[in-house]
Amino acid sequence: MTAPKTLYDKIWDAHVITEDDDGTALLYIDRHLVHEVTSPQAFEGLRDAGRKVHAPDKTIAVPDHNVPTTLDRAGGIISNEESRIQLEALDKNARDFGVHYYPVDDVRQGIVHIVGPEQGWTLPGMTVVCGDSHTATHGAFGALAHGIGTSEVEHVLATQTLIQQKSKNMKVEITGKLRPGVTAKDVTLAVIGATGTAGGTGYVIEYCGQVIRDMSMEGRMTVCNMAIEGGARAGLIAPDETTYEYVKGRPHAPKGAEWEMALEWWKTLYSDDDAHFDKVLVLKGEDIAPVVTWGTSPEDVLPITASVPAPEDFEGGKVDAAARSLEYMGLTPGTKLTDIPINTVFIGSCTNGRIEDLRAVAEIVKGKKVADGVRALIVPGSGLVRAQAEEEGLGEIFTEAGFEWRLAGCSMCLAMNDDQLAPGDRSASTSNRNFEGRQGKGGRTHLVSPVMAAAAAITGHLTDVREML
Amino acid sequence: MEKFEKITGVAAPMPLINIDTDMIIPKLFLKTIKRSGLGVHLFDEMRYNDDGSENPDFVLNQPAYRNAEILVAGDNFGCGSSREHAPWAIKDFGIKCVISTSFADIFFNNCFKNGILPIVLPQEQVDLLMKDAEKGENARMTVDLEAQEITTSDGEVVKFDVDAFKKQCLLEGLDDIGLTLKKADSIAKYETMSASARPWV
Repeated sequence: MTAPKTLYDKIWDAHVITEDDDGTALLYIDRHLVHEVTSPQAFEGLRDAGRKVHAPDKTIAVPDHNVPTTLDRAGGIISNEESRIQLEALDKNARDFGVHYYPVDDVRQGIVHIVGPEQGWTLPGMTVVCGDSHTATHGAFGALAHGIGTSEVEHVLATQTLIQQKSKNMKVEITGKLRPGVTAKDVTLAVIGATGTAGGTGYVIEYCGQVIRDMSMEGRMTVCNMAIEGGARAGLIAPDETTYEYVKGRPHAPKGAEWEMALEWWKTLYSDDDAHFDKVLVLKGEDIAPVVTWGTSPEDVLPITASVPAPEDFEGGKVDAAARSLEYMGLTPGTKLTDIPINTVFIGSCTNGRIEDLRAVAEIVKGKKVADGVRALIVPGSGLVRAQAEEEGLGEIFTEAGFEWRLAGCSMCLAMNDDQLAPGDRSASTSNRNFEGRQGKGGRTHLVSPVMAAAAAITGHLTDVREML
Repeated sequence: MEKFEKITGVAAPMPLINIDTDMIIPKLFLKTIKRSGLGVHLFDEMRYNDDGSENPDFVLNQPAYRNAEILVAGDNFGCGSSREHAPWAIKDFGIKCVISTSFADIFFNNCFKNGILPIVLPQEQVDLLMKDAEKGENARMTVDLEAQEITTSDGEVVKFDVDAFKKQCLLEGLDDIGLTLKKADSIAKYETMSASARPWV
């Protein structure tokens, strides 16, 4: 009898090409996603060495970080010279090396981590990498997915493999049920609040428990997306009927006999009963409230009903870090979180830019108006998400409520295009990082769920969405 | 890749925890299509005032640390994005070794691909090295990768661990892609097996 294995063990074992005595393995990569920011130097390296892309049919390129999201971008106007050069470089590289490519004017263009699953590139049991830390998103399908640097992008382009050391196994179980107004975003932030941003370092996290089972694929993607914010190499969720239902019929999903063959294997992808986890965290779904971050690290999480903490509430290096965060955020300890005014709302990103996120927002804002003095952006995760939202009448609800309803891209999540906070601006944002300067130099970010962001847009301050349900 | 064998140089103290990749190199400098020239933007938002002048309080702007080659940093250094621009900027500035209690996974890997040695040590040893670094330019540390030893300005020796394969790559300046391509036959064999076992991939 073979030793019980975790889901991570099973996917790892299925992709090992060679393994040295010290545990250094050469791992086969099934899907390589590429965007414009972390790839130009890698393609340049290939050219310099006279190398080709080893498996162009497993390589998918899409521009997302730099692209403008304003409606006039269809004219091809990109004011920033450097952004334009970077987008042109991707365009040339994708065509020269013959990889799958969704250019800016293709309706399927969008954030790479939204496009991959949407097009059926991401499938259970795969290894998926991208020069982007939020590659963790794809773990929602039971795929081993993680971010890599540009040198590794070049390595994967040239060889379709990665040199890897195996991580440890961590299980995060969310039991029971979520209360109304509590979403996948609150779950993933609550987990980071419990582990800290370094708590997952050295681990691959498998999320499980009834709350995860009950979650849609889109919610699961939100949960896995932020595994990296907890320091983990990857987040994983075992595939089930929800997964197969989502995948079936997508353009690049297997069909016919291959579908049956795939399904048979996918059904073996779960952690065995006695599999060993090096670390276990259990949270009760009922204990999770809508949360908001107060500081400049994603671990700075509190329920919306709480107040701004003081540095002396912490220990060790966190005391100085909290003091610095509070100064940067312009917050006074003891202030109720719901008393914090915001002047910007950003709804979108690979964390929360999918159709279910937009539907949830529409339910909150329908027939209401964005508060005076608040600039509110909704940026869909892909052209297809936008088209779907238009078809369902959501676009109209957003514009009538006073939101800017944009085209697809990463936008203000990392503010590489023109969508940025000005110094001192304060946002309620559905994105994934609240680092200093993340959404624009001097900008202040409070991470929240889509419905919490929608509620803040209407009231003009951080708000407990449960009061609006 | 440039070899890393042994360095002796000034160590700069940055005790702040969770120094993220946006702090190391803000996104406006990610628009480049080159690897070089990012050192001037290292720690940009902490290092420069709004008018572009240097912030004299920032450690790397202080005379003692302007030519630092080693960084002693707080916990969870390099958290955040996968941008290799972070180690590129660190290397371009002239820093070849970063010491902390922990590093974010992707940043840690990226360092080795660029001839930078990231060293993980327990808190008390990082505290000791932090104190040493705080002495300024007279505090020259030696980091010897072959011997896996750090020697402080007082002659105190701290041993460190490093993955054997990564150590070899740094010491010899090996190119990963070249190494992997030597296994082309194994890769081809895997692909043949995989094509029949998982034809949908």
